[in-house]
Amino acid sequence: MKVGVVVFPGSNCDRDALHAARLAGADAELLWHETPDLHGSDAVVLPGGFAYGDYLRAGVLARFSPIMAAVRDHARRGGLVLGICNGFQVLAEAGLLPGALLRNASLRFEHRWVRVSVERPDTPFTRGMPAGTELRMPVAHGEGCYYLPDAPLAELEAARQVVFRYAPPEGNPNGSVHDIAGIVDVTGRVCGLMPHPERASERLLGSDDGLLLLRSLVESAAATAVGAAR
Amino acid sequence: MASFRYAVSVMPKEGILDPQGRAVELSLPHLHVAGVHAVRVGRRVELTVDASDEASARDTVEGLAGELFANPLIESWTVELVAAASSTAGAGAAAGVAPGAR
Repeated sequence: MKVGVVVFPGSNCDRDALHAARLAGADAELLWHETPDLHGSDAVVLPGGFAYGDYLRAGVLARFSPIMAAVRDHARRGGLVLGICNGFQVLAEAGLLPGALLRNASLRFEHRWVRVSVERPDTPFTRGMPAGTELRMPVAHGEGCYYLPDAPLAELEAARQVVFRYAPPEGNPNGSVHDIAGIVDVTGRVCGLMPHPERASERLLGSDDGLLLLRSLVESAAATAVGAAR
Repeated sequence: MASFRYAVSVMPKEGILDPQGRAVELSLPHLHVAGVHAVRVGRRVELTVDASDEASARDTVEGLAGELFANPLIESWTVELVAAASSTAGAGAAAGVAPGAR
């Protein structure tokens, strides 16, 4: 079971994600964004950071990196893709996930511990987490305000694509509609979230709740083993 | 071949929260400015396109605006031609004008 962690110019959580994927039991490898393929990865992580300096709009320039064609292809074949923070912004800009991440409503860069409730236990990212499970993870972003116009937002909710929602007492840190912290695409195989599971993957860091998510990803990818079948 | 210079103005769509505009507006009292409101902050991208005519140059810019400069979900844009120059100046222009001018 191999997890590929994409490195864009400006990614800065790539090594943390690599370390956490290994803690979760995977072989893991960094993939430079100019690599045209995923080196047989069974799951791909787009890590946090500031790809291309967030110039123009967070995530938009990374969308045109050569590796994104392989990521798109991987997703089309049912491979697992996880976008964390900036990775979520890249997936949204690339159209692999619906919606957009706007500037935080608070006008501030929000970096603090939050709590998310698991809305769906039946995704490859939430194995072994009953609905209502709360995960404590940090956020650190300037553009994390999830937005979708009313009609598609209703569709997103009806299709049960909201996987994580900000929960009290810390609540919604950025003004996201419906307190949305993380979603999946219609296939359920591509997930994006603003909180950082890799920064909550060891007790020493203040929480290891994020490791549950990464373990779920690793176990789900092992079960389907898209890479191994190639 | 000619060169066309465009300015693309990208603005947050009506109804989309614009914290930058809000921040600017909140600073106005510090400048002792009254009667100014509805501040919105966007971005302007200028670029030069080489093309055979203005229509095809504009197509390129419109394509880039919707794909790259703006996110159509949250932003709208306008394209403005700010300058044009023909690389074969006199001859090109004359040849272009002649048939239509009878």
